[in-house]
Amino acid sequence: MKTECPVCGAQIELASDAVQGELIGCPDCGTELEVVSVNPPQVKEAPQEEEDWGE
Amino acid sequence: MKIGLLHSLIRKDEKFLIDEFNKVKGIELVMIDDREIKFNIGKDKFDLDIVVERCINHSRALHGLKLFQSAGIKCVNTYNVATICGDKLLTSCALADHNVPQPEVRVAFTEESALQTIEEMGYPVVLKPAVGSWGRLLSKVNDRDAAEAILEHKAVLGSYHHSIFYMQKYVEKKGKDIRSFVVGDKCIAAIYRSSSHWITNTARGGVATNCPVTDELNDISVSAAKAVGGGIVAIDVFETAEGLMVNEVNYTMEYKNSITTTGVNIPQKMVEYILQVAEGRK
Repeated sequence: MKTECPVCGAQIELASDAVQGELIGCPDCGTELEVVSVNPPQVKEAPQEEEDWGE
Repeated sequence: MKIGLLHSLIRKDEKFLIDEFNKVKGIELVMIDDREIKFNIGKDKFDLDIVVERCINHSRALHGLKLFQSAGIKCVNTYNVATICGDKLLTSCALADHNVPQPEVRVAFTEESALQTIEEMGYPVVLKPAVGSWGRLLSKVNDRDAAEAILEHKAVLGSYHHSIFYMQKYVEKKGKDIRSFVVGDKCIAAIYRSSSHWITNTARGGVATNCPVTDELNDISVSAAKAVGGGIVAIDVFETAEGLMVNEVNYTMEYKNSITTTGVNIPQKMVEYILQVAEGRK
């Protein structure tokens, strides 16, 4: 099953080992996306970087 | 055995770790999204043997660890380690307490005393927010004009924690520094981070190449890890004419660019250590 990039509408097929919360890139527009559901596949734009993100 | 993975977004680092956990028989990995979990202090009971912290937000990591530990759950890393590593001032104190070499660090609480301190240290000096990440808001101060401007900007525009002025003597690192990875009581791998910019974080474009783990690098890395409380940490190390010096210690280490570079399966080593802690062997 495929889903759609919310930014450019490209068809996106999740990898077989995809997990909820995973960051992926849209192969067409490059937008960083978050997998919000694996079954059914669903993605949204990844959250914007926050001040206390990262090491 | 039930292992809780405290996370938010699943980056490549977490994905590699999940893959390694899934290779181990007899464990159940419980995903705990920090955007969904709710705590009830004093009443929480978690059916978990250990929690592995992999949050992307420092604030959630720190408080999540405290809440899980308060509920009697072992955590890697511990709340104490996250507290010290999450604050450069506390890290510097811990390193000094354990005689781990580091660049000269001074601290002041007002614009005026900070400017006096910088003048005493001599230029260049690096001003860092005590709590900060990915090399953000670091300032290399080359002269008095820059010092006055940056201090004023921090005082007027910065949030309250920018009023603690953490000043580190600039170390000429010739375009590269070392990132070493410590798991338990061993430095398992290291990379050089090279950049034409004075900030060499890979999050800021630094390029990773393998760095051999010498005895000297192992010793200072493990000493730094022990100084902050041990566990799984990544150490930023400068090579100087006076020998190796520790710049920072990171407690939710990012390693996705370092597995292929070093040839070391870093997440596998992490999993081995986490299981040892869970089983009380560490």
